[in-house]
Amino acid sequence: MNTIEKLAILADAAKYDASCASSGSSKRNSLSSHGIGSTEGSGICHAYAPDGRCISLLKVLLTNFCIYECAYCINRNSSNTQRARFSVDEVVNLTLDFYRRNYIEGLFLSSGVIRNPDYTMEQLVEVARSLREDHDFRGYIHLKTIPDADGELLTNAGKYADRLSINVELPSQVALENLAPEKSHRTIKLSMARIRARRQETVAEQTRQKIISNLTPKKNTAPKFAPAGQSTQMIIGAEPSSDVSILQMSTHLYASYELKRVYYSAFSPIEDAPTTLPSVSAPLVREHRLYQSDWLMRFYGFNASELVSEEQGGMLDLQIDPKLSWALRHRHHFPVDLNTASREMLLRVPGLGVKTITKILKIRRWQSIKLSDLIALRASVKRALPFIVCTGYKPIEADYSSERLRAMFVPPPEQQQQQLQLAL
Amino acid sequence: MRQASLFDSGDARDTTRETTRDTTRDITKDNSTDQSLPWQHSHTNLNEHQSVSFYPDFSSWYSAALHCLQAKLPPGAAWWSEDRTTKQITRKNTVRIQPEFQQKAHAASCHSGSDRWALLYSLLWRLHHTEPQLMELAGDPEVAKLHRYAKAVSRDVHKMKAFVRFRKVEDEIPRYVAWFEPQHFIIEYAAPFFKRRFANMHWSILSPVGCAHWEAGGELWFSDAVEQRFAPAADQFEDAWRVYYKSIFNPARLKTTAMQSEMPKKYWKNLPEAQEIPSLVASAQSRTREMIAQQKDQDTLRCGRRPSSPDQQIVQQLQQVTPVSLQSLQLQASLCQDCPQGDVATQTVFGNGPENARIMIVGEQPGDQEDLHGKPFVGPAGKVLRAALMRAGIEAEDCYLTNAVKHFGFVPRGKKRIHKRPEASVVSVCGQWLKQEMELVNPEVVIYLGTTAATTAFGSQVKIQRDRGRLIAKDGRQHLITIHPSSVLRIPRGPAQQKAYLGFINDLKLSVSFAEVVE
Repeated sequence: MNTIEKLAILADAAKYDASCASSGSSKRNSLSSHGIGSTEGSGICHAYAPDGRCISLLKVLLTNFCIYECAYCINRNSSNTQRARFSVDEVVNLTLDFYRRNYIEGLFLSSGVIRNPDYTMEQLVEVARSLREDHDFRGYIHLKTIPDADGELLTNAGKYADRLSINVELPSQVALENLAPEKSHRTIKLSMARIRARRQETVAEQTRQKIISNLTPKKNTAPKFAPAGQSTQMIIGAEPSSDVSILQMSTHLYASYELKRVYYSAFSPIEDAPTTLPSVSAPLVREHRLYQSDWLMRFYGFNASELVSEEQGGMLDLQIDPKLSWALRHRHHFPVDLNTASREMLLRVPGLGVKTITKILKIRRWQSIKLSDLIALRASVKRALPFIVCTGYKPIEADYSSERLRAMFVPPPEQQQQQLQLAL
Repeated sequence: MRQASLFDSGDARDTTRETTRDTTRDITKDNSTDQSLPWQHSHTNLNEHQSVSFYPDFSSWYSAALHCLQAKLPPGAAWWSEDRTTKQITRKNTVRIQPEFQQKAHAASCHSGSDRWALLYSLLWRLHHTEPQLMELAGDPEVAKLHRYAKAVSRDVHKMKAFVRFRKVEDEIPRYVAWFEPQHFIIEYAAPFFKRRFANMHWSILSPVGCAHWEAGGELWFSDAVEQRFAPAADQFEDAWRVYYKSIFNPARLKTTAMQSEMPKKYWKNLPEAQEIPSLVASAQSRTREMIAQQKDQDTLRCGRRPSSPDQQIVQQLQQVTPVSLQSLQLQASLCQDCPQGDVATQTVFGNGPENARIMIVGEQPGDQEDLHGKPFVGPAGKVLRAALMRAGIEAEDCYLTNAVKHFGFVPRGKKRIHKRPEASVVSVCGQWLKQEMELVNPEVVIYLGTTAATTAFGSQVKIQRDRGRLIAKDGRQHLITIHPSSVLRIPRGPAQQKAYLGFINDLKLSVSFAEVVE
C-alpha cells in the first residue's frame, strides 16, 4: 500500500474527531531557524469540507488497527473496515509537504491502540519529536493522548506538542462502560489531571526563571509544556444523556483541568456499526445548541442549570438559541437599559456579544447610547430590540409578549425541515 | 521557460519598488526645513483645496498626512492623489498619534474604497485637533467606517493566509509559487506573515494587484501585477491533498451553507481541492444510506485480543497483593463510588505514610492540588502543615497523613474549583476507609485537623476551640484535636495569622511530648 492509499484510509478513520483548532499556542516563527512554520496566536482554517467543518490540520491516525472495542468507533477491534499503518517518516513527510504548500497549520495525530497504551503513545511522540528535532518544524502539533500511558511519555508529548487531548467520549460513566468497556472516566480524568499538573509545574518554573533572569539577564530557557493547553470531545446522541448532564460534565471539566475546549460531536452512523447504537444521527442542531451553551457558560456568565429549563426534561430548546430562550423565560429582567446596566446584565441581552458590549461600555463613558450606535456596531439589532432601552428608544410592551417573540424568532417550517434534513 | 524570468532575481528585481525607492529623490526630507509643503504651490491659500500627492501605501500617506496636519490643512480641503512614480522614505514622526488608530488605519489603508485616504485624514484631524477620545466612540459614522474597512482588510488577509496554495516549481532551487486574487490591496501588508512562516523557502505570491517574493533570507521584495498564466498550473502533490480532502469529509453531516460562508465560491477556482466538492455533495446521501444499511452485529475480533477494562485491571492487581494491607485497601478505595463526591473528583486520595507510623494525622478532605496529584497534603494547606510539623519537631515523613473524606468535594466556578465542606452523610460513608486505615496503622496518637476530622472520632458535639490542644485517651490511644491548617491561610497576613499559626504549632507539640513520654 502506498502512502496516498494509506492517507485515504487513515484520514477517513480520523474524521470523527471534531477538533481542528490551531490557535492559542506560544508565538514563534521560522526566521533564524533551519525549518519552516509559525504559530501567531490565531488559528487559520485552510479549507472547509462540505460537512461545514474546517480543515486546519492534517488530521490522521498513525494506525487504525485497534485492540479496543468502542461501539461508536469505526476503528473498533471487530470492525470490518480496511486497516493501515503509517510509518513515522510517512507522517512526518506528509506533514512537511502539506505545510510547505500552505495547505495546513500543522498536524493532529491520533491512533488506534496497538499492543498497549505505552507502545502506542511512544509512536505518536516519536512523530512529534522527529518533526521538531529532525526538521525544526515550528508549526502546530496536536497529539491525542492515550489514557493509561506512562507519565514519562506524557512529559515528552507535552514537550513537543502544542496541544494534548484525551476524549471523555460520553457524558456518563455508565454509558462509557456499556459502549466502550476498555475506557473509564476514572483513568481519562487521571490523564487530564496529570496534564494540568505538568502545565502548572512548567508555569511555576517559568515564573521562577523569570525572576532569576531579571537579576542576571539571561534568556528564559524553561521548557514549555503543551502551550495551547488540552481539550476533549464528547459524542452526543449515541446514548440517552440529557443536555443538562452534558453541560454539567463540561462545567466540571473546565473547572477541574483548565480545558481550552470541550468539543461536542453529534453521533453519526458509521459503516459496519453494531446494532447497540442508534441507526440515525443525532440532530446537528442539537450539537450547535450545545456549542452555543458552552460559549455562554465560558464567556457570558451563564451556568448549565440556567440554560436548560426544567419543563423540557433537561434538553435545550432546539428551535431558538439558548440565550434567547433564557431571556424569554426571564422577562422580568428586561428591558435592560444600555446606558446604565452592568456588564453582567448586558451580557444576558440577546443580540449583544462580548465585543459589542465592550464597545458600548466605552462609548458610555463619553455620551449616551442611541439605537444608531448599535446599528453602527453591527449588533443584531432586530434580536436585541424587544429587550433593551436606550436614549430615544423604548420597546412597546404590547408588541412583545413572550409567545409573539418566540414566534418571531423560530425559523419558518420549511427552514426547520431543512435543518432536520441536514441532521439526517 | 517563461516563469523563470519572473523569479530570477536579475532584471525582475530592478523593476521593484525597493530599488525605485533608492533612486527617488527624497522630497519630503529635502523640504522638511521649508514651511510650505513640497507638493504645494508655494503661493496657494491653505483654505482652498489642495492636491496632496503621495505614493499609495500607508507609510507614505502617513508622513504626508502628518505634514498636512502640522500645516493645518483641514480635511475638506485635502485632495489625496495617488502617485505611483515616487515613494517617499518615511520620516520619523513627531506627532504622537494613538497606536490603536495607527493600527486600524494601516489596515484600512489597504482597502479598495477610493475614499479611504480622505476618511483616514479626517479621522486623524479630529483625533488630533478636536476629539482625542474619538477611537472609543465606535458608533461614530467615520469610526464605524474605519472599523469596517479595517475588518474587511483583515478578513481578506485572513483568507489569503488560508487560501494561498503554493505549487512547487522544480528548478535548481525549488521555488513555491502561488496565484491569489485578493479583494483589497493587501499583498505587501500580508507578505511578512509568509516570510515568518516559510523563512527557509524560496517563494512567490503572484496576484492581479502586485507580487511578493522571498529568497529564503534577505528582504521581501515586490514586483508589479502579473497575469495568472505566469503562475504554475499544477503540482503533482495536489493529488495527495485532494485525497485528504475527500477522506476527511463526513458524508453523514452535509452542511454546504456552512462551508460556503467560510469558503465562498469566488475562491474555489484557485483551490485544487474545490474541484472535488460537487461529487462529494452529490454522493453524500447515498453513502450515508449505505452506511446505515451496513449496520450489523460483529463479534469477530480483527486486531488481536482485547485488553481488560481499567477497573478489571485493578481487581487483578488486588489479587496479587497481601489481602489485609494498606496497599490492598488503597486499591479497593480507588474504585469507591459510594458517595456523589466520587463522581466528580479525579481520584481517591488515599492516606500516605509508613505502615507503622506512631502519629496519624487526619484532615478534612483532599483539595484541588491533592486531587490532581493523588497524595494528601500537597497543596497550600499541606505546606502550612509540613512547616508547622517541622517547627513542632515532628518529621512529616514519619507520620501517616490522611483525610476523613477521600474524594475532593467542590463547586465548579469558571476555571476554578471552590472547596465545598463534605456533608455528614459523605463523611459517614467514607469513614469505612479511615476506620480500616486506623486499624492497620495502629498509631499511638491521632491528630484531627478541624471539625470534619474531629467528628469522625467524637461525633457532632465537637467544638474545636473548646476541645483543641489536649490529649484525649480513647480506644487505647491518644487523640488530639486542633485547627485545620487552611484556617490559618484564611486569616489575612499579620499578627492574627501569626498567632493562629503558633497556636497550631503548640497543639502539634503535645503529640511529641506524649510520644517522648512513651519512649
